[in-house]
Parts: sequence; structure tokens; C-alpha cells
Amino acid sequence: MKRSYLGFIALAVLGLLAPYTGAYPIFLMKALCFALFACAFNLLLGFTGLLSFGHAAFFGSAGYVLGHSMKVWGWSPEAGLLIATAASGVLGVLIGGLAIRRQGIYFAMITLALAQMIYFFCIQAPFTGAEDGLQGVPRGVLFGVFDLSDDMSMYYLVLAIFLLGFMLIDRTVHSPFGQVLKAIRENEARALSLGYEVDRYKLLAFVLSAALSGLAGATKTLVLGFETLTDVNWPLSGEVVLMTLIGGIGTLFGPVVGAFLIITLQNELADKVGSWVQVILGAIFVLCVLAFRRGIVGELSARFGSRKNA
Amino acid sequence: MEIFGVPHQALLGQLLLGLVNGSFYAMLSLGLAVIFGLLNIINFAHGAMYMMGAYAAWMLLEYFQIGYWWSLLLAPLSVGAFGILIERVLMKWIYRLDHLYGLLLTFGLSLILEGIYRDQFGVSGQPYQVPELLRGATDLGFMRLPNYRAWVVLVSLIVCLGTWYVIERTRLGANLRAGTENPQLVQAFGVNVPLMVTLTFAFGVGLAGLAGVLAAPLYQINPLMGSNLIITVFAVVVIGGMGSILGSIVTGIGLGLIEGLTKVFWSEASSTVVFVIMAIVLLVRPAGLFGREK
Amino acid sequence: MKKTLMATLVGAAMMTGSGTMFAQGAGKGADKGKAAGGISGGVVKIGVITDMSGLYADLGGEGSVTAARMAAEEFGNRVAGVAIEVVGADHQNKPDVGANKIREWYDTQNVDMVSDALNSAVGIALAKISAEKNKLAMISGAATSRLTNEDCNANTIHYGYDTYALANISGNAIVKAGGKSWFFLTSDYALGHSLENDTGGWVKRAGGEVKGAVRHPLNASDFSSFLLQAQASKAQVVGLANAGGDTINSVKAAVEFGLTKNQTLAGLLVFITDIHSLGLQNTQGMYLTDGWYWDLNEDTRKFGKRFFERMKKMPSMIHAGTYSATLQYLKAVQATNSDDPKVIRAYLSKTKMNDMFHKNAWLREDGRVIRDMYLMQVKKPSESKYPWDYYHVRATVPGEQAFQPLAQSKCSLIKK
Repeated sequence: MKRSYLGFIALAVLGLLAPYTGAYPIFLMKALCFALFACAFNLLLGFTGLLSFGHAAFFGSAGYVLGHSMKVWGWSPEAGLLIATAASGVLGVLIGGLAIRRQGIYFAMITLALAQMIYFFCIQAPFTGAEDGLQGVPRGVLFGVFDLSDDMSMYYLVLAIFLLGFMLIDRTVHSPFGQVLKAIRENEARALSLGYEVDRYKLLAFVLSAALSGLAGATKTLVLGFETLTDVNWPLSGEVVLMTLIGGIGTLFGPVVGAFLIITLQNELADKVGSWVQVILGAIFVLCVLAFRRGIVGELSARFGSRKNA
Repeated sequence: MEIFGVPHQALLGQLLLGLVNGSFYAMLSLGLAVIFGLLNIINFAHGAMYMMGAYAAWMLLEYFQIGYWWSLLLAPLSVGAFGILIERVLMKWIYRLDHLYGLLLTFGLSLILEGIYRDQFGVSGQPYQVPELLRGATDLGFMRLPNYRAWVVLVSLIVCLGTWYVIERTRLGANLRAGTENPQLVQAFGVNVPLMVTLTFAFGVGLAGLAGVLAAPLYQINPLMGSNLIITVFAVVVIGGMGSILGSIVTGIGLGLIEGLTKVFWSEASSTVVFVIMAIVLLVRPAGLFGREK
Repeated sequence: MKKTLMATLVGAAMMTGSGTMFAQGAGKGADKGKAAGGISGGVVKIGVITDMSGLYADLGGEGSVTAARMAAEEFGNRVAGVAIEVVGADHQNKPDVGANKIREWYDTQNVDMVSDALNSAVGIALAKISAEKNKLAMISGAATSRLTNEDCNANTIHYGYDTYALANISGNAIVKAGGKSWFFLTSDYALGHSLENDTGGWVKRAGGEVKGAVRHPLNASDFSSFLLQAQASKAQVVGLANAGGDTINSVKAAVEFGLTKNQTLAGLLVFITDIHSLGLQNTQGMYLTDGWYWDLNEDTRKFGKRFFERMKKMPSMIHAGTYSATLQYLKAVQATNSDDPKVIRAYLSKTKMNDMFHKNAWLREDGRVIRDMYLMQVKKPSESKYPWDYYHVRATVPGEQAFQPLAQSKCSLIKK
């Protein structure tokens, strides 16, 4: 337990200081949202062994729910975040409930197909604004006290959400529940024969991951003030896999590193390489799978650290 | 005569058109199933290979003035050759790993391929004319069926059933099937398993390439044509289960027909109907219609 | 323990790494401060945010950046005593990447005006950020008429075309040209619905008749069955209320099923790049509305040729619009010796805009540039005499009739 506390504190201090290094706050906020998204995804892939190819559905729908509740119903940000997280949790029950009926590759294809259905729904639903997006979502006033239109207050809220989510994942992974998940990852049949209700554990992990992904997506909408179809479409589901893969599947800090790397790359390459961004991301994908499967953090800890896997 | 307010002639017409789409689904899901059977890899880049097949036909015409008929042979071969390259350079390193890495690798590959084609040829796409011999349409009484569409159904049926026959009824197919079950044993019998794996992969993606050539005159050739299709084909594969060759053919064609009917009765839902069926099949028969639970 | 520390360190390096990249930019901008006259930052910087890698890359993309550079070159890259700089970025069709880039441009890189913004979501985001940061958006790419309605503001100018004008002209002018009865092939989402409803409304008002519509899902691969329904309607005109790949594939299927022998297609959101990629064989006889065409007159041809030399293709309305927006912006900067968006906008609304993109165009108070639009009909292959010779101009619709009347606008800037 102590190990991760130390890392967690370091992460928190870093987060608190980051805006004073001259880093661009909006960028940091966006990257933190994606970092939480990748961590939530990793809870499923890295610690339960389930590869979902449809996580964008949770990230994006939560964004729409938050946007709609705040813009149209005039809800407060805390209420918006809450209902958005709950909504993606419910969506997680539906999609997860179907998907865990199959394993491995089938699981990946089912999540992809079901997420595509959510995408089609979002195109046609009137409240999403289709290709115009849901625009002009106000940031509002948190608990009636903190005015979020100030970038710094917004930043510390995002940081708090990220750290909270991160801590929750950390605690989950190290709890008895997390141990069962790892047992399922290593050998499902054995976990089953030991008397664990594997499906219930898997579903619970799926829903938790979906809800946290939703929290990340809702927060991103709050920061940027809009939500669009890109966030529910399948390329984003691929990107979050890439973030986790490049950072290190099954490591706690890997997805954070991966998310920052990919978001920085997308942003920096935007005005440098023109149409080659996608090719570069694809090449990184291939390279990671072939030669670098432990990811950055995994590789570092294998080289410098103890063998115990977090 | 009318069925739910739709003249049955129109219905027949729509069913026939559904058959055309079904042929594409069948050829693509068959390729996926063949590859999965031996390599245990789901080829996410299958859509990109389909796109490459269509572009190969276009390039042959544009740069070498080679027409449709030769393209029908050359384009799948070139896509297959590219498949050999991919298999030898990339795939063979990951056979011992979790199957999911295969999905990730091919996903990355499809991003690269689409990106390159987009950069080279733009996104609006390229036109490709229907070959002279197959222009025009035949009046079937209830509809005018363009000859080219009939040709697509014909070719795809021949190819699909031919594949099924080879795999299920010949010695070569027996080796293949045995290789799926126990590669070491087959190797011990003197069959060159790595070569068989390579050629199977080439054949699978070659099928996708052939589907691409067949699609070229029908749809605009553009870099994204494959990725729009592949997700639907994945759903087809989940519905059918990849256990049987015949199963994937039947499912592909069947879903094309169902989709065709949806277009008449509730056109807005025609792109989601496949996914809805998938969800129902998962609830009722998780292993898929023709699948075996491992 | 070591392991987590290492991981955190990597994280730290990444965070500060990505941070400092922006910090450098910020330093550069802030140091210069006010320089010559009223030009902030001592440079006039124009950003072109466009799609270089996605669906609209041919329509805008690198070509838009080139077009903006061509406008800057006409000023010798200097205006009001300072240098002009044009920067381009690819939003990758991800509105958050686009929004992030725009904010970064405005906050840390001293960009004064951003143009193009192909992709409606990026366009609306650009409008909002420009208002927030008090910069200027001259949107020549996005089509959504929300930019001069719900989402209008004092820092946004909608250049070129919009969906209202497209629907209006197609509906009106085609009925007048004899296409009385219509059937719509509609992409089943907001854009398709609004194209169908708006155009249908104009058709009826002009005395035509709407016989029906079939809705198809977005990115449907096969359009044959929808076309059979359109064919069965026996309407004279089949309106394609869809866009991009959907339009292209519906046109191909229409030719294949012989629909075009007895019926005429009307593309409601079709660009010259689509015609070019489909070929005249497939598109002959089709009606479409465009805001500009390279072969309209001597000036447009001259621009077309210059553009062609650089990009190896003829410019689209988006390219020409981005060029013109940049040119008019620079003219305004020169005349007012300022890059304050309010000053520029005030100047532009008092002055007629004249260049090869439009004549006597003017800026309305809702941010709409009022300019002529054209109804085109695609030539037969036999009528096309040289490469890119694609259109007959069937009608020139004056801006006052083409665009939404001010009285109907939902824009909050209008004093009623």
C-alpha cells in the first residue's frame, strides 16, 4: 500500500505544480481527462484481461449527458458530473452484460459493434446536434462557490477528479476484489473452479471502468464546453488502447504517461506533418505490439524495479 | 399482391439487392474465418485489404491501362502478395502471444494503410467504370437488375462455395483443418506448416482484395471504404461464429437479405439492424449460430 | 517503490515537456508587446485551421493554407509596416484538437485571425473561442447556418456559403428551371433533415411539389434500394440531401440503375471536388449550388491558374473563400492600421468587398457576408472542352435573395 501512496503523492504534487511551469492549462486539463480515461480502460484490459474496443461510447455519451443537463436543464456542474457518470455506468451494465457472454477476440468485436450502435444513436438523436456538436456548454459554478470559468479553478477541479479516479482504481486493484480480477485475467477457468462467480466480477469491473471513463468524458466536456461525435466514434476507442499500450498495460502509471504522450503528439503534429498523423500513430501501434509490449512504464519497472507487478 | 403495403415485386427487387450486399459480407467474413481458423488472429486490417483491392484495380487501369478482367486476377494476387509480406515481416512474431495482440497489430496496420492511401490519393475517391461487357440491365419482370450486380453475386457464390469445397472436401483442406487442431502433429507428418500459414493468410486477404475489385465499379473507391464495412462484418462474424466455413457464408448472405428488407420497411434502421441481431443472438445463443463454444 | 518513482519521474518529464513547448510560445508572444501602430505583437498572423487528413482534406486542407499564403504574397508579406505570417494546422476532424490549436494560437502565438474551419463543429467552436479571446474568425469552410443564428457573435464573420443558401437556391431556382416535382434521398441525421426540409419548403413556395422522401443511415454503403424507391416516385428531380461519400455513392448507383435517364439529380451539398472524382460521365445534367467557380470570368481563371500551378488541381469554393477572406482582412488591416477585431469588423461592414471571389459583397450585422451565389448544371462529357471544364452557370442569385433574411435570423446581435 505504501508504495503506491508515494507515487500518488508525487503525482499530486506534480499536478499541483504543473500550471506554474508555464504549461498551457487547457491542454493539461484535456490530457488529464484522457489520462483518467486510459486508467479506467486499463482497469479492464490490464487488471481483468478484457480488451474492450468500444470504450469511446462511455466517454462520449457521458459528455453528451453532462452537456445536455447543464446547458438545457441548467444543472450545476457537480450534478452534471454525477448524472453523466451514472449514465455511463448504466450503459456499462447493458453493453458489458452482453459482451461478457463471450471471451477474448469475440469480446473485443462485440464491444466494438455495440459501441458503433451508440454512435449511430448519437448521430440521429436530436439533442446531440449531430455533426455540429453539442456546443456552448457552460462551465457553471461548482457547489455554488467556485466559478469554473476561471481556468485555474477549473484546472484544480480536473486535477481533483483525476486524482480521485486514480486513487479509486489503485484501491480497487489492490483490494481483494482486484485480486480476484487478476486471477480471472490469469486463468478464468481456474477462478471459476475456485467458486468465484466470474461473470459477476467481470461485469462489476466493466461497469466501474465504464463509469470512470464516463467521468473522464464528462469532465472533458466541462473543460472544453462542447461535445462532438468524435468522442463516441471507434477511432477514439482505438486511441485509448494505444495510450494504454504505449504507457504499459497493467501498470498503474502507464496509461497516464501514454495519454500525455499521445495527446501531446496529436497536438504537436497538427501543424507539422499534415496528413501523416494517423500513419505515425499506426506505426507506433505496430511497433509497440512487436517490440515494446510492456510499454514505457512497464519497461522501466522491469529494468530498474522489483519484479512484483503492481 | 402486397406485403405490409409494399408491392411484392418491389420486395423481390430489394431482396435481390440485399443478396449483393450479402455476397460482400460473405466473402469478407469467409476471409476472416479462414485466417482465424489457422492463425488465431482477427484481421482488423481486412477492411484495408478490401480497400487496397479496389485501389489496385484502379491503379492497374490508371497507370498500366490494364482493364477490369485482368484486374480481377491481378488485384487479388497483389493484395495476397502484400499479405505474404505482412505475415512474414510482422505477424509471425506474435503467434505465441495472446490473440488480442493480433487484433491490435492489425488495427495499427489498418491505420497506416488508410493514412498512406489518403495521403497519396486524397479522400474524395476515384471513379471506376463498369466493364463494357457487363453494362446495361436485364429486365426480370419485377425489376431491372443491372448486369454487373448479377455478376457480383455469381462470382462471390462460386468463390465462396469453391473455398468451402476445398477446405471441407479435399486433402489440402484436410491438412488445413488438421493444422488448426494440432500444428505440431501435422508438421511431424511432413507438412510445411509455416508455409501453409503464410499461404492461408495470403488467401484470406486475397479474398478481401477480390471483394474490393468487385466493389470498385459499384462504390466510389476511397481510403475509408473498408473501415466503414469492417465493423459490420465483425458483427456478422460474431453472429455466425467462426467455427464453420459454411456458417460464415450463410450468415453473410442471410444478413445481407435481412438488411435489404429493413431498407424497405424501416430504412433508418438498416445500418443498425445487424447489430441488433447480434445482441439477440448473444442473448439466446452466445456461441453464435454456427459456433462451437471452446 | 523504485518502480513507482521511476514511473512518476517519466510522468513528470512528459508533463513539463509538453508544458514548456507552450511556455516558449507564450514567452515569444508576450515579449514583443505593442509594436508598429495598432498592430498587436508586431506581426499580423493568420491561422488556417483545416482538415488535412480526413473527409474534407481535398476540399480545404493544404490548398486552403496555400490560398491564404497567396493572399499574403499579394501584399508582399507586409502590411501596415509589419510582417504577415500564415500558419496552418490540421484539426484531424477532432473538434477538441482544433479547439486546442485555436486557443493555443490565440493565447500564445499571437494569431489575430483564423479562417477556413471546415467541419461545422470546429467552425462553431472557433466562433466561440474567438469571442472569448476577442480575436476574429472568418469562417470560409463550415456550412452550418447556426453561425449567423444561435451561435453568432461580434467576432465571427461567416464568409462564402451556408446551408440556408444552398437549400434556398436549389429549391427555388431548379423549380424555375422546370423541375417541378421532387423526391428526396435524405441522410438520416440533422444535416440531411434540414437540407430536406429547407429545400422542400422552397420547392413548395416556388410552386413545385414534394412527392416524398426516403431516409438512409449515414455512411450507408449501398444506395441501390433507396434509389429504386426514388425511381418509383417518378419525380422529375431527385434531391440528394446528404453529403460527402453518401452523395458520391448515391450518384453512382443512380447512374447504374438508369435513374438519370428520366430524372434529374440535384446535389444539395456537392462540391467541385466531388464532381471531379465522380467524372462527368456520372454527373452530367446534375444541378448543384456553388458559391464560386474557377471558370466564371477572367479574374477567377487567373486565380485558378495560379492555384493550379502550386496544388496541381483547381481551387474549390473553400480555397477561393479562404483566399478572399485573408485578402479582405489584410486590406482592412492596411486601411485601419489596426488588428483589433472590432475595428476590422466595423471597417468591413462599411466597405464593399471586391476581389476575384465576389463583387460588391458586404458584411451584414449578423456576421453574414452577402454575396452572389450560383446555380450550376454539370456539363455533358462532350461539352467539356478542357480539364476542369465542368459547369454551366444556370442562374446567378444575388446575395440579398440567396441568404436568410435578417428578419428570420435568431442572432442576438440584431437590434429589433
